[in-house]
Amino acid sequence: MSYFDLTFYVFAIGAVVSAGMMVFSRNLIYCAVGLLFALASIAGIYVLLGADFLAATQLLVYVGGILALLLFGIMLSVKFTGVELRTGTLQMLPGLIIVAGLFLLLLRMIYRAEWAVQTPGDMLPTTTTIGKRIMTDLLIPFEIASILLLIALIGAAYMARRERS
Amino acid sequence: MQELIQAVQNSQTFLSGLSEAALAIIFFVLFGLVFATVAAVCALVFVYLERKISAHMQDRLGPMEVNTGIPLLKNIGHGWAQTLADAFKLLLKEDIVPNAADRRLHLIAPFILFCAVIAAFSVMPFGEKLVVSDMNIGVFFVLAITSFSVIGVILAGWASNNKWSLLGGMRSAAQIVSYEIPSGLVVLVIVMQVGSLRFNDIVMAQAGGILHWHIFQFFPLNLIAFIISFLATLAEANRAPFDLPEAESELTAGFATEYSGFKWAIFYLSEYANMFLIGIFLSALFLGGWTSPFGSLFGGFFDKPGWQPVWIILKAVAIIFLQMWLRWTLPRLRVDQLMYTSWKVLTPFAFVTIFGVGLWMLF
Repeated sequence: MSYFDLTFYVFAIGAVVSAGMMVFSRNLIYCAVGLLFALASIAGIYVLLGADFLAATQLLVYVGGILALLLFGIMLSVKFTGVELRTGTLQMLPGLIIVAGLFLLLLRMIYRAEWAVQTPGDMLPTTTTIGKRIMTDLLIPFEIASILLLIALIGAAYMARRERS
Repeated sequence: MQELIQAVQNSQTFLSGLSEAALAIIFFVLFGLVFATVAAVCALVFVYLERKISAHMQDRLGPMEVNTGIPLLKNIGHGWAQTLADAFKLLLKEDIVPNAADRRLHLIAPFILFCAVIAAFSVMPFGEKLVVSDMNIGVFFVLAITSFSVIGVILAGWASNNKWSLLGGMRSAAQIVSYEIPSGLVVLVIVMQVGSLRFNDIVMAQAGGILHWHIFQFFPLNLIAFIISFLATLAEANRAPFDLPEAESELTAGFATEYSGFKWAIFYLSEYANMFLIGIFLSALFLGGWTSPFGSLFGGFFDKPGWQPVWIILKAVAIIFLQMWLRWTLPRLRVDQLMYTSWKVLTPFAFVTIFGVGLWMLF
């Protein structure tokens, strides 16, 4: 087993185990912790695939931003209002059917797709390429995303503002 | 890492017979141990420094009693062994977990915080060759990996099942998330000037003496950027005057209230390792990193590679002294003042510096 394989299996097993913890745990805070480790493991797999910038972005946005907010929300609602936040199992049969269908669809896609194969190990710098692509070919999607985020920001600030009575 | 493994395999030592995976595990453990040890030693030194500096600022002596214990020399040494004794005491203390606490989360929370800080050391440039991974996205990696520390603090606050802990954890989360914005933005100022996120590129761009350091370029924009960065990282490390998460007069010890013994030592260790990390980070970005302040003076003697770790550690210690100085001089901020500082002072000025440097570079 090579160094690359070892690292891959560590992250892959980590991702699967923590995703399982996230789905099957009854306590919401454990779900959030499972999500934390799942996101981190997937970031590790991104690094192995040579997408270092994407991995760091994943950590920064999901772990530092979204997950912190999630935990914040759970803490505020559980400890201050006394509501027990627990997840349960509902709608077993429809759920199983949808999941099985999605699984088959993904499996078919994975086997049909033509994967870009690259030898592991040689990491090329990605930031220059990403920057150039964003400022040339992908400028319009980039600008649209920025405007969307700005609208969301203004909307959130408007909604959070206290009404003056 | 891979080159290192291949080099060991090609060498004629007893290690060359091992498989690649086994060597990888050995090196992972080895690097982890080295960083944990460095962090522990740094914490010992910095705790002693903090005690002495605070004592001198408040016109008292600080710890004086615990010295070597050799007769005749008993009273010499200004209590240098005090932190060693304290560390030993902490390791021997009973580990108390409250009955109503969430045992598992209570256990892992300090370690998440510690790992976040230690992992960031893997890209810190202690010299041109003295860096574990001089990765292409170094600065960005530091910003990303240290965001784990919020999770550690929140979980510690939640798992303790104590009102003070919870309030401390929530304050800390709000504080770190707010101050991440200005501290991330001003990093862009430097990245824009250098055109690279790699630490060694950033340091190399400042070679040639004190006048080439980033802090003195684009005067006064980079100086403002340095001040913003210093204040924001201070707040992210939960240091006074931004130490609301553990404000002892109102919250006992904030998120660390229910921790004792070794787990509490881990919190303490992370705080001081974080201060050292900030010192190295800021000196690499603004104060020339491992380059000497003298440039080609003295015949380039101080520019020899052997001096590199000395320079960067000296600069880092200077920044740590500044942090301690502020801690023992300024009173703690109120929560609303804290948010005001981040959103209405630091963030707008961070945008001004980015815009200003951008315009300056264009014309």
